[in-house]
Amino acid sequence: MGGVYAAFQPGSPATAAADDSRTVEAGRELFLVGCASCHGENGEGITTKDGNNYGPSLVGVGAAAVDFQVGTGRMPMAQLAPQAPRKAPVYTDEEISQLAAYVATLGAGPSIPSEDVLDWQNATPEEIAEGGEFFRTNCTACHNSVGAGGALPSGRYAPSLEGVTAAHIYEAMVTGPQQMPVFSDDVLTPEDKRNIIAYVKTVQDQPNYGGLGGGGLGPVVDGLIVWVIGIGGLIVFAIWIGAHGARSKKKANA
Amino acid sequence: MSAEDTPRVEDTGFAKKAAGPVKWIDERVGGASLSKGLIRKVFPDHWSFLLGEIALYSFIVLLLSGTFLTLWFQPSMAEMHYHGSYAPLQGVEMSQAYASTLDISFDIRGGLLVRQIHHWAAALFIAAMMAHMLRVFFTGAYRKPREVNWLIGVGLLGLGLVEGFAGYSLPDDLLSGTGLRFVDGLIRSIPIVGSYIEFFLFGGEFPGNEIIPRLYMAHILLIPALILGLIAAHMLLLVYHKHTQWPGAGRTNENVVGYPVLPVYAAKAGGFFFIVFGFTAFMSAIIQINPIWVYGPYNPSEVTAGSQPDWYMGFAEGAVRIMPNWEWSFLNYTWSWNVFIPAVGGLTSLFVILAAWPFVERWITGDDREHHLLVRPRNAPTRTALGAAGVTAYGVLWAAGGNDIIATQFHLDIFAITWVFRIGFFVFPVLAYIITKRICIGLQRADAERVLHGYETGVLERTPDGSYSERHAPLDVNRQYALTNHARLPELTETPLVDENGVELTGKARRKAKRRDKVRRWYYAGAHDKPTTHDVDHALEHFAGHEGHPVELGQEFAGVSETGVPKQH
Repeated sequence: MGGVYAAFQPGSPATAAADDSRTVEAGRELFLVGCASCHGENGEGITTKDGNNYGPSLVGVGAAAVDFQVGTGRMPMAQLAPQAPRKAPVYTDEEISQLAAYVATLGAGPSIPSEDVLDWQNATPEEIAEGGEFFRTNCTACHNSVGAGGALPSGRYAPSLEGVTAAHIYEAMVTGPQQMPVFSDDVLTPEDKRNIIAYVKTVQDQPNYGGLGGGGLGPVVDGLIVWVIGIGGLIVFAIWIGAHGARSKKKANA
Repeated sequence: MSAEDTPRVEDTGFAKKAAGPVKWIDERVGGASLSKGLIRKVFPDHWSFLLGEIALYSFIVLLLSGTFLTLWFQPSMAEMHYHGSYAPLQGVEMSQAYASTLDISFDIRGGLLVRQIHHWAAALFIAAMMAHMLRVFFTGAYRKPREVNWLIGVGLLGLGLVEGFAGYSLPDDLLSGTGLRFVDGLIRSIPIVGSYIEFFLFGGEFPGNEIIPRLYMAHILLIPALILGLIAAHMLLLVYHKHTQWPGAGRTNENVVGYPVLPVYAAKAGGFFFIVFGFTAFMSAIIQINPIWVYGPYNPSEVTAGSQPDWYMGFAEGAVRIMPNWEWSFLNYTWSWNVFIPAVGGLTSLFVILAAWPFVERWITGDDREHHLLVRPRNAPTRTALGAAGVTAYGVLWAAGGNDIIATQFHLDIFAITWVFRIGFFVFPVLAYIITKRICIGLQRADAERVLHGYETGVLERTPDGSYSERHAPLDVNRQYALTNHARLPELTETPLVDENGVELTGKARRKAKRRDKVRRWYYAGAHDKPTTHDVDHALEHFAGHEGHPVELGQEFAGVSETGVPKQH
């Protein structure tokens, strides 16, 4: 699948092939330093004594998985945890593309989506609305209706979609990282995926109609506001009213 | 301004002008004799007496804003395609109820504001009712003769929950539909008859086409009418019983010290109405509530993470969330204890406990006197501790209803949270009971100490041999009175095990009498009684005789400033 990556590289086919092999080699070197200790020297994965994954095999995960995992800072993991959290990426964009090119050579897998797959900005209102239907059917159960995220068992979670790039959302759908299921192109066509992204981006970019929102967390936040600000605020007024007598001129002869 | 300077009311210019119309009305509907009593009715002043008013005024706000919403809302589950202003839902198939709620939010001038006012006022209405109920509970205001009014209040709270839930379900968005599905499951968990009741209410299988028109009728007609009727009864009884008051100088069980309705209390209460309305409107103008457009139309196959009911149903949601998955298949029926016990059982037991409490307490204490003076929570330690335990149990369930939000916001494991709440539901209330009771008794002792030994003046004295002591000054008589106004603890002598004719009780009746005696002892155990007159006399002697405890500081003394100079009143 390195060839697919190479197809986006400028230059003539001959130099492209040479660039390609250089990129893969650079990626392999990065991999041996930063990834191999868990994923194995050839990305074959490491199995623990009792048969669990120490680091899963990367054969066939494709360039998209690397671009998502390393590009969102989830890999390399800082520590063992129920789930790798999103954090600032450790590698530069160039290093990520080198790593992706290398892992793509391990076996056929999904590639990094091209710009024309991701042109969600040009989606029509109907396409956005359709993306919304797909989003509510497939995504909101875990990610929440505005993509604020949600809890999963045993300390795992569906992360917030706030500020995630279109490419990373797309890659997450095709590779199914961590707890997420894979939404292959047979299940959701590339166009459906792009419409979902268009809906998420539209909803997140629109103003918070009606005032300060609770971050999409729903009625729990509303309940907190009612008791703290609502009842709290009105009790302040009640104390003020209760503390004042009937005198119109206070301390007129004091 | 002295009383002589104030012109008599009938001599003012306004009164002279108003005399004509007032007389006209009085001659035709006889308002004078009716309003005479009412407008001179005295209400005592305290901020905590205004909590119920918040609920009342929120209800008025609800009636006003709700009326506005009915002008545009379509209570219909007929399917249509949306073509309003909200772009991300263009052409999406939805019910008329949801589409018209979107129209109210985006296409009706001021619609979103009024919708938010209605929703915030609803949340405030029930919160204020609950705060008011807690005030009444912890001050003992529900005792004889006000038990019936307490029951009316419990009924209002129950109706408020149902009314709020019905309103929450009307917009037919994904969140409200999910809430409706929760209640559907709750109904179906009722053994044997559950599915029949479901078919009866929903007109067939969930969701059907009937539920929204039916809920609409209940929401705008049936339940508001019931609430209005109960509010009227609640207020009539309030006027009939007269308002309770805090003990203090001049305040007894037989009088009410406060301001008359006209002009003072009406101005205060009327002003407070505008404050509540204004505050709610302000909140609604700047804080979003229930953004139905982001949830999308209801579809039984969809759900969104973070689906919660409005706060007042949160405890039922939480009870279901922490319940272990107990379910039987027996006699060809499914017995869903996992839903029935927490949801149906939880809701029922809350209201049964609330309604029964005044009568249970009356049975324990055997107190048959009328009470018009409030009790400070510390002076009823067991009641206060039980209340704290109840609030804690409710709080655990309430928090459990948001376990997923807690998990994501505080980066915790949702299973760990659930286990903490499962165990905490039984453990935390016991801890709250013990801690609250000890705090109450500690405060009672501190009060007795202040009555007997006065307050700390902050004046330190050094004796010639070098020891230091702080001067205490006797408490102001008014304060002493307020601190010792509550009833003395009853003598807990052995209950005579004889009936009214002096015949020895036997068998069941005897065991019952013994049990009651036991509960009574538990109820009063540990409470610190107020000082007796003998104690006070003794303490006065002590004050007078003890060197360095100057009585001459007197009542004018009000402690010392930071530089040690005695302050004067």
